[in-house]
Amino acid sequence: MVNSMHYVILGAGPAGVTAAETIRAHDKTATLTLIGGEPEPPYSRMAIPYLLHGSINEHGTYLRQDDNHYNALNVNYKHGFAERLDPQNKQVHLKGGEAVSYDKLLLAVGASPISPPIPGADLPGVHNCWTLADAREILKLADKNAPVVLVGAGFIGSIVLEALYQRGCRLTVVEIAPRMVARMMDETAGGMLGDWCVAKGVDVVTDTRVEEISTTSGGADLAVRLSNRNLIPAKLVVMAAGVKPNTAFLDGSGVELGQGIKVNNFLETTAPDVYAAGDCCEGIDLSTGKPDMLAIQPVAVEHGRIAGKNMAGIKTPHEGSLNMNVLDTMGLISSSFGLWQGTPGGTTASLTDSSKFKYLKLNFEDDRLIGAQCVGMTDHVGMLRGLIQTGFRMGEWKDKLIESPELLREAYLAVAQGATISGPTGPRVSTPVVD
Amino acid sequence: MQKALVIDPGKCTGCKQCEMACSYEKDNEFNVAKSRIRVFEFHEDGKFVPYTCTQCAEAWCQQACPVNAITTDAASGVKLVHDNLCVGCKVCTIACPFGTVNYNSTTGKVIKCDLCFGEPACEAACPTDAITYQDIDQTGFDKMKMWAKQSADGAEPSGPNPPVAH
Ligand SMILES: Cc1cc2nc3c(=O)[nH]c(=O)nc-3n(C[C@H](O)[C@H](O)[C@H](O)COP(=O)(O)OP(=O)(O)OC[C@H]3O[C@@H](n4cnc5c(N)ncnc54)[C@H](O)[C@@H]3O)c2cc1C
Ligand code: SF4
Repeated sequence: MVNSMHYVILGAGPAGVTAAETIRAHDKTATLTLIGGEPEPPYSRMAIPYLLHGSINEHGTYLRQDDNHYNALNVNYKHGFAERLDPQNKQVHLKGGEAVSYDKLLLAVGASPISPPIPGADLPGVHNCWTLADAREILKLADKNAPVVLVGAGFIGSIVLEALYQRGCRLTVVEIAPRMVARMMDETAGGMLGDWCVAKGVDVVTDTRVEEISTTSGGADLAVRLSNRNLIPAKLVVMAAGVKPNTAFLDGSGVELGQGIKVNNFLETTAPDVYAAGDCCEGIDLSTGKPDMLAIQPVAVEHGRIAGKNMAGIKTPHEGSLNMNVLDTMGLISSSFGLWQGTPGGTTASLTDSSKFKYLKLNFEDDRLIGAQCVGMTDHVGMLRGLIQTGFRMGEWKDKLIESPELLREAYLAVAQGATISGPTGPRVSTPVVD
Repeated sequence: MQKALVIDPGKCTGCKQCEMACSYEKDNEFNVAKSRIRVFEFHEDGKFVPYTCTQCAEAWCQQACPVNAITTDAASGVKLVHDNLCVGCKVCTIACPFGTVNYNSTTGKVIKCDLCFGEPACEAACPTDAITYQDIDQTGFDKMKMWAKQSADGAEPSGPNPPVAH
């Protein structure tokens, strides 16, 4: 049978690539076009910090390491930048005039950094850290002992901080919020991170805005003026002040937008045969059951798989993704899961040892774990996801944990023994039966 | 023929030979903290539970990896971490809902059980047969799956994302 179906995937990040692979797994003959907005082969933004470290080269950032991967899957990968979507005629218009027709389209266009309205933010020597092109610019300037100002100490900012520190830059981090990673961890954890950075010789300035960046005639090339009146010399300024979804080209297309592209449970947008996945869309947050922007790699992959299945005709609802992050800050490893801030009426268990930079906080609703934060603890942390994702009733183990949070692993085993946890979207997998 | 570690905690005496053997096999040192298999103790009822990766068919760690550093060995089904590709981002350690992928701060990479390429050191070291290595179709593996299915049908987890029936 001739299959004339043409799937077009716009965006070649983890969401787009996963969707292309998923569609191919279920439809061997359809035409599949994957369009990336950047010239490189599909790559992973989250590998960029390791390129900056020097622990990998650009090839090491590629999402798939086999250069023949897309050919082998008969996926036509091309470079192109969408400027307009015409859902009536089922066409995507690319920069340069080409129009690509589709039968089914996935919008997996990701997000872009926000440029805050700071005078001088467009000067040479001021860069985002979002693309491989950005990374190449940063590498030219981020030498050992170079004075560098990092604007923003959120999750991504803190990851970039680590990379710049590893390069030996002299770092000043400016954060508008009262603490680091304010949207990932509470005062205790964020405070520990801040103290740790200071102990490592990184200057962390919180509650402070960058007012202006200017050029200087002195040794360093730039000067960064802060709202606390300090003037910081810098050879390089890296902006990490937040991101916004790449939805501008959808204005007027009829694809409904909220914070990001609006999707239903099957990751369909409001335009027929147009789906969305990853950083650009508002997927369901497992913790709240409500749409939200969960701009993280594992969620982009989950969306990509589910959208790919639905596009290939296998109806697969998205039940929600869990928000979670892990961060390595100069050797201090922290993570947060789900409702790390807890819930009104819920209970918490916590363990704090500031002098040893150790923190564990567990948030419960009734006897279910709904969120957690860890600092200085890495062993078996995935169990936290397991407990939150499955919503096991923990019964007496909740009380034991409130008494001794360090019993977390034993609690997990006792509660989850032999129980099932559904795979990312696939068959169930189960914890070993231990009785 | 795919084989699996079958663990019978009832036989475990908590001697930790498996942890020692694992860390020696993998890191050339006796350091239980680096073992891929861990024995958890339940002090109150004097129980010991050896615990390690079950090599999920569709593995969460593998799907979360940003650089495809975790692959499936076609013959054994084992999920392998390739150190040359792993960047040490730790996303797999939070993605694995079983908590069986761990970060090794010495190497800056993650470690997980790879069944020692077909000759698991833990199994060889276990003096009580609490850990055995058996053909999947002849072992409790199917039973384990059945049991798991029953338990899921009987007591569906009550979270907002209950397992999707397949
Ligand atoms: C430095 C850094 C570190 C990070 N670290 C982590 C981490 O540790 N953990 C974590 O979970 N997440 C991390 N992230 C976030 C993670 O990278 C993103 O969540 C993930 O990349 C989202 O995947 P995506 O496929 O939705 O979008 P993207 O990866 O952004 O891909 C979008 C694709 O769309 C293309 N595109 C955009 N606009 C157009 C257009 N108009 N036409 C055609 N193509 C277009 C782009 O070129 C790209 O190919 C990090 C991000 C950065 C930048
Ligand atoms: S730590 Fe290594 S194996 Fe794990 S997700 Fe990151 S790169 Fe992949």
